[in-house]
This record gives sequence, structure tokens and C-alpha cells, in this order.
Amino acid sequence: MTPTTTEHPPRPKKKNKADTPEQGIFKSRLLPWLFLLPSLLILAVFLYYPAIETLRLSLYQSSVFLGTERFVGLENFVELLSSPVYHQSILQTLVFMVITVTLGIALAFVLALLANRPIRGAKVYRLLLIYPYALSPAIAGTLWLFLFNPEIGLVNALLDSWFHIKPRWLDTPFLAFALVCGAAIWKSLGYNVVFYLAALQNIPGDILEAAQIDGAGSWQRIRYILLPMLSPMTFFLVFTNIVQALFDSFGLVDILTRGGPVYGQTGITSFLIYQLYLDGFSNAKTGFAAAQAVLMLILVGAITVLQFRTGGKQVHHGA
Amino acid sequence: MVRDAWKDALTHIALSLAVLLVAFPLLFAAIKATQDSSQVISSHMNFGTSLLQNIKTAWETARLGQYMMNSFVVTVAVTVGKTLLSLLAALAFVYFRFPLKNAVFALVLFTLMLPTELLIVSLFNLITDLRWTNTHAAIIVPFLASATGVFLFRQHFMNIPASLAEAARLDGCGPLRFLWHILIPMSWNTIGALAVIQFVYVWDQYLWPLVVMQSEDRQVVQVGLKKLIDVGGATDWGAVMAGAMISILPPLLIFTLLQEQFSRGFALGQEK
Repeated sequence: MTPTTTEHPPRPKKKNKADTPEQGIFKSRLLPWLFLLPSLLILAVFLYYPAIETLRLSLYQSSVFLGTERFVGLENFVELLSSPVYHQSILQTLVFMVITVTLGIALAFVLALLANRPIRGAKVYRLLLIYPYALSPAIAGTLWLFLFNPEIGLVNALLDSWFHIKPRWLDTPFLAFALVCGAAIWKSLGYNVVFYLAALQNIPGDILEAAQIDGAGSWQRIRYILLPMLSPMTFFLVFTNIVQALFDSFGLVDILTRGGPVYGQTGITSFLIYQLYLDGFSNAKTGFAAAQAVLMLILVGAITVLQFRTGGKQVHHGA
Repeated sequence: MVRDAWKDALTHIALSLAVLLVAFPLLFAAIKATQDSSQVISSHMNFGTSLLQNIKTAWETARLGQYMMNSFVVTVAVTVGKTLLSLLAALAFVYFRFPLKNAVFALVLFTLMLPTELLIVSLFNLITDLRWTNTHAAIIVPFLASATGVFLFRQHFMNIPASLAEAARLDGCGPLRFLWHILIPMSWNTIGALAVIQFVYVWDQYLWPLVVMQSEDRQVVQVGLKKLIDVGGATDWGAVMAGAMISILPPLLIFTLLQEQFSRGFALGQEK
């Protein structure tokens, strides 16, 4: 089972039918199934079965303590969709997603373009920009927690000595929200730059050279050549970054803010996945959490469909 | 081509700034990891002399050594297992003809749409029913199949000339030998690229181990570090920073070692 973030590959180019090996070179009825068996077994048991179970559970109200389950139909969904807490959670998740995905990808695009220029030491810059790829959300949360600690953190020490202010980063709703956004963007930057650089290095230099000879300026080359040629990568990154914002933010939030501070109906950094975890494991409302999972699944599905609809048209498969 | 000198200078300035900003939290952690308990809570940014002491505290008192070992076992098991299972599945998809092939492939790819995080509630129930809670199997086995891996290997195999497989078959070479002696040696870039992605992905897992591992003996380092912060009262930030720095070393090392394969494995236009 695969499905988060860091694991999706970019989509390699489609080949013409004629170039591919004639399918069915080895003749056997049994062997292909034998080769597929381990993968299919694991997908069936640990992915498809839990997915179906999640659907079933979402229709039940369960008490973990009593070990009972009661069929309630769509009651969990009705409760969720009429809950102000859940509304707020959806809204702040979407805002977080839009901010981190747009800024994160735009920043990575610019940095990758710069680091791809033929300047001295470009290789060193590239290395230093992509290293944070190996960082986890939990580690990002840990470092930022210390940096922005209101009493002993370096940021407040500096702010205090320069401006005599000591913001309560983690207790002030908007500051905490901004902080989580900043940490998420910082954490995903390495990942995005890695993939943009890989894509840039595969763009044949002669195309750009030809454009330059034809009098295209830097901006024109970016706008009319690089942007379209990188669009399959951008498409891939938007998708993976959305998934990261939805799911990987958990570790960051859990360590940095624990979903808080309270603002309106709930914590301002209680995103959907955090709410699901709280209800499923802290509050032991299994069915309620399962219903949230189903709603999030619909959200992921909708985003994917939307992505492939709009993205499919823009994808440019290169020269 | 003449390049403008001022453009290069601007690029240098922008990149240096970016690099500094990106690296800053890590530099900060590296410095704080060397400081003693009084320096670490001040704004001192000089290297201290307590690095070994901090590592020792994290390693022993906070069980960092145990957590690192657990993470390592789990990550290596999943990375190797996923690669092998994906290779086998891709072999079946590319070199065999069998009924329902496209439907089965669609079934595998569809799993990309089902993030594990969404299934934690029922997956947790399943693991409990299997009595796997608090075992490494709980954080290894569910992750052994990979749609990403199958997809990438399939794509890569389809770029390998068919005549090669044809010749191998005529020479009496079976599919497994073909995989072992021909396909794998021709796939190191793809294998390396996948290994990096999977290693980093598994090493950085947080939510699922947090949920399913109650036993500290088996916990992975991402969740384990949190326990270092959560101690009531005064957090030993020197030890936390030392722990954080150590915990990012393995994925960093893998990334450094496989960097070439990583970029080449994702070479989108490699057939050109």
C-alpha cells in the first residue's frame, strides 16, 4: 500500500505502442498470477478490505468501551455536516491547502529555475536546496517548536532584543496558523525543488538556445517554453502537495500546535486529518471517525477528478 | 552565448539567501545540539561542547538508540519488500498475457487514491483482530505492496526492447532468470529512485505508528522523539535537537548515496 505524498512518482511519458515489447512473450497461465499474488494479497487485505470496512463503520455508532456497534444509517454524516466544528475544520484545511500548495510550488519553481542557471557553484546550491527533502513533518514540527518557543526560542530572543516584542506564537490563533503554514512550506520545499530540477535537467538545451537566438527574452523563455514543458511536473506536484497538505500535516500539527489554539468552534490548526484522529482514537468514536474518512475520501476523489480534467489539457509532452 | 554578469550576481544573491533560509532551522538545531542546558535556552549561537553528552542523554535516557533501530528495521524491510514485489508484479504485467490484465492493473493503480491515513480506524481494528498490535509486522506488512513501484517498473520495462526478452526466452531462460539476470541489472536507476522515495516515506511515517504502537520498545524514531519533548516541565532541548539531527541522518545518507539514480530514474525524457 502506497498512497501518501512522497511516494507518488511523476508520470513518465507515454510511449508509442510500436516501441513496447510484444506483450505475452513468456507463455504461462499460472506464472503471472503467481507473480502478482503477493502484491494483490496485501492490497486486498490491508487496503481494499479496510476501505470497505471504513464504509461500513461509517454507518454505525460504536462504543469502544462497551464493544458494541449500533446501526445508525447516515446519522454520522448528518451530524458531521451540520457540525460547526467540522465546518470550521473543512474551511481551515482548505485555506491551509491552498496557501501551502500555491506558495510552496511557486517558490520551488523559482528556486529550481535559479539553481538550474549555469552559474558557478550551481551544483552546491542545488544540493543545499534539495537536502531538506529527507526531513519529516515530525522533525520539522520539533525544530519549529523550539525556534518559536515564546520564552526560550531564538526567534523571540531576537525579536525581543530588536523590537522589544515577544509574540505568543503558539497561543495566538493567526500566528499559530501562519507558523504551521510556514513550517509546511519549508518542509516540502526540498521535495518540490528535487522534482523540478529533475524535470529541468531533462529539457533539451537546444530548444532554449534556439529561442534565445530567435530573440526570446528570459521571461518569454520561461513563459512560453519552460512553463509549458514543466507542466506535467507541476501537475504531479500539485497533486502530491495536496495530498501532503491533507495528510502529512498531521505530524507537524501534532507536535507543533496539537491542533490549537482554540479559535471559534475548535483549534485553528485542527485540520481534517487531525480531527479524524482525535475522534477515532482520543474520543473513541470509531463510526464518527470512519464517516470523516469517507468524506475525506470523497474530497480526495473530487480533487483528483478535477485535477485530471483541468491538468490533462495543459499537460505538454515535450518536444 | 553571452550571459549578463549582473544577472549571475543576482542569481547568486537570491540563491544564497534561499539556501540560508532553508538551512537555517537545521543549522540552528545542529548548533543547539552541542550546547549545555544553560546555553541551549539562551540565544547563544556558538558551538558548545556538550554534543556527546546530549547524544548520550537522547540515546540512553530517551531510548533514541532503540527507536532508531526500530525505524531502521521497518524501513529496510518495507523498502526491500516493496521493490521485490513491485518487480514481480511488473514482470507479470509486461511479459505475460492473461485474462483481466487491464482490470487488475487498474485495481492496483486505484490504490493510489486510498491514502492509508484515511483507513487508520478500520486498519487498526484489523491489526487488533490479527493480534499484531505492538509488533513490527503492523507497520511493515500493510506497506509491502506499492502501486507506485508497479507503475514505474512497468513503464521502465516497456522501454526495454522486446527482442531482449524474446532472445532470452529462445535461449531457454525462464521469466525469473530473465528478471534476475537481465531486467534488474538494466533497472538500477529506477530501483534507486524508488528506494529513495520509499525509504524517506517509510522513515518519516508518523500517524500510523503513533496509533498502532503502544509499546515503547517497538516505537519508531519519529514518534519516539515526541516523548522527549513531552516530558513534563523542562524539556531537555539539547538532547531533543541532538536526537532530531541523528534521526535525519539515515534518509539523508540514502539520498546522498542514490542521488544520481534518483535523478536519472525520474528522467522523464530519457528515451530521447
